[in-house]
Amino acid sequence: MSAGYNFGFLDEHAKKEVRRAILKAISIPGYQVPYSSREMPMGRGFGTGGLQLTLSLIGANDTLKVIDQGSDDSVNAVNLRQFIEMTCPGIDTTTHLSEATLIQSRHRIPETPLKPEQVLVLQVPYPDPLVVVEPSEDKRKIMHGEADYARLLVKLYEDIVKFDEITISHRYPTRINDHYVIDPSPIPRWDVPKLDNSPALVLFGAGREKKIYAVPPHTKGEPLAFEDVPFRVESFNDAQGKRRACARCGATDSFLDEFMNEDGSKRYQCSDSDYCDETLQASKMTEAATYA
Amino acid sequence: MGYVAIKGGGQAIQGAEEVLEALRTAEGEHGTPLTMQAIENQLRLLTSRIVSEGGLYHPQLAALAIKQSQGDTLEAAFALRAYRSTKPRLLETSAQDTGSMRLIRRISSAFKDIPGGQMLGPTYDYALRLMRLDLANESAETFRAVAREFLAETPEPNLPDTFPKVVEALRAEGLLPPVENHTETPFDITREPLIFPVPRSAALATMARAETGSILALAYSNMRGYGDVHPTVAELRVGYLPVMLPHPITGEPVEVGEVLMTECEVVAMYEDDDSKGAPTFTLGYGACFGHNEVKAIAMAILDRALQKGMRDGPSNPSEDPEFVLLHIDGVDSMGFASHYKMPHYVTFQSDMDRLRTTQKKHESVKQQDVNEGVQ
Repeated sequence: MSAGYNFGFLDEHAKKEVRRAILKAISIPGYQVPYSSREMPMGRGFGTGGLQLTLSLIGANDTLKVIDQGSDDSVNAVNLRQFIEMTCPGIDTTTHLSEATLIQSRHRIPETPLKPEQVLVLQVPYPDPLVVVEPSEDKRKIMHGEADYARLLVKLYEDIVKFDEITISHRYPTRINDHYVIDPSPIPRWDVPKLDNSPALVLFGAGREKKIYAVPPHTKGEPLAFEDVPFRVESFNDAQGKRRACARCGATDSFLDEFMNEDGSKRYQCSDSDYCDETLQASKMTEAATYA
Repeated sequence: MGYVAIKGGGQAIQGAEEVLEALRTAEGEHGTPLTMQAIENQLRLLTSRIVSEGGLYHPQLAALAIKQSQGDTLEAAFALRAYRSTKPRLLETSAQDTGSMRLIRRISSAFKDIPGGQMLGPTYDYALRLMRLDLANESAETFRAVAREFLAETPEPNLPDTFPKVVEALRAEGLLPPVENHTETPFDITREPLIFPVPRSAALATMARAETGSILALAYSNMRGYGDVHPTVAELRVGYLPVMLPHPITGEPVEVGEVLMTECEVVAMYEDDDSKGAPTFTLGYGACFGHNEVKAIAMAILDRALQKGMRDGPSNPSEDPEFVLLHIDGVDSMGFASHYKMPHYVTFQSDMDRLRTTQKKHESVKQQDVNEGVQ
């Protein structure tokens, strides 16, 4: 990197502003804190909000993991990681969740539970869950202030009437600390329960929409649902109702990606590549121990 | 297999970069690289667009941005904006007087004769849009002769340094309201997020760096009938504005340079206003870096439309500050449109889960209906 740029790319004033917004976000769980959001040298929508959080928090002693779709090697994850490595000389990067102090992710929360000393940064395209029922930001702000989520609940109800099923697949509206409902970023429903009482701090950054919000550690996070229609995560059962396993590591407790084979048949593998590797490693070690 | 495809992301990015660079230089042995000067001068309207949309008056860097982005205006403005965002803000200029512009063009469609006179200047407005085949194989000699001959043959014009502003004459006659003395600090869109309602200065700043096509589309909707500004161009001027900064020791304003700008003031019909005295025309204001008349006019119309929307509530999209201001930024909109190209495997997996579950339920209900003999 040419010497023209500050550590962390952003100037110190910009980083300080982001950190102040983070503190406010932690103090008011689930509240979307507006901030100025600088232009980053990558597309709005490619994780510039998450990136600004990461760059404002990272120090030379940090170990960073960047994932996209659960994978460390997805093009966007590689791109972000290379940019952070380039602008933050001295930091370490890893693909192992257990080694990371800071994790930036798009669309997934890792399968392995996070630890208290870790911070998870999620990239957010749409920060406001109310956008599906109210296009005006001004009006949505008032609705949030009054914890008025009636229209959102009506939308869920209408889904049940029309389809006998809540059709929201990802970005599932989740109530934080009994007040603000957040858009938990486009994580699958599978990952939503991980927000509840998380030991680690979870931060959300929406660069284009200029908002930062947080689920602080050990905070209640409750997906919107009804008493008689409970919240449900994605099902990975086959036609016989048997849980599908990862074709690579054999795990039956992870979010699976579906692949189409050349012959039209389907194959399932862990979306979280690090978790898949760890499970594979562990089963090899067990095997080795058995044969030893 | 799919899983393998996302492996080696790093090499894929590197490869994409290389093939992009190869296409830029695809003329090969017979190619001549574009010079910064050629872009800045021969593609001056493109450069204008980039300095204004990039929000940084730096024509040389804008030319470089155009070169490296192979002429994509959205990409070029983006590169310039991202560069700008790493620079600290050292000083703020005070309000600059556009009456002091050194003009290359000014027109008014409100009056046949304006103080100082109309000056058509460089414009395509009355040009016949015929293909100029003579330019296709222009020789360096012919090219160089044009400007030389133009300068040699044009007599030294007897022009004043500055021209009075048309709106001043309208104000003097009481057709426009007097300028209110604003003391509040202008909204800095590079340092503060837009939280609605926003002051007019935030709207003007956002529009000044708007993407030309986007701002034109929204203004056009108002012109066509989704709105009723019905503007008359009181004055459109293009020229070099001296930028004044306080002298570090004396505090006296000194000229530190000049920027090429386009400014447009439109006058719209008067409205009934019970609160004040005599009715007057109303004004819409547009200004941007560079020579970009369509953008300045579109901005002036939207400024007028937004003022109405801010006061009475919007009755169409072009009067709605949120609708206009959040959808005209090229960096934001192109970024978000592009992001759909990124992998969305996880969310799509989740979408399929919902659809399959719903389909299954639909099937079982249908089956039940068949079983019960319901048609």
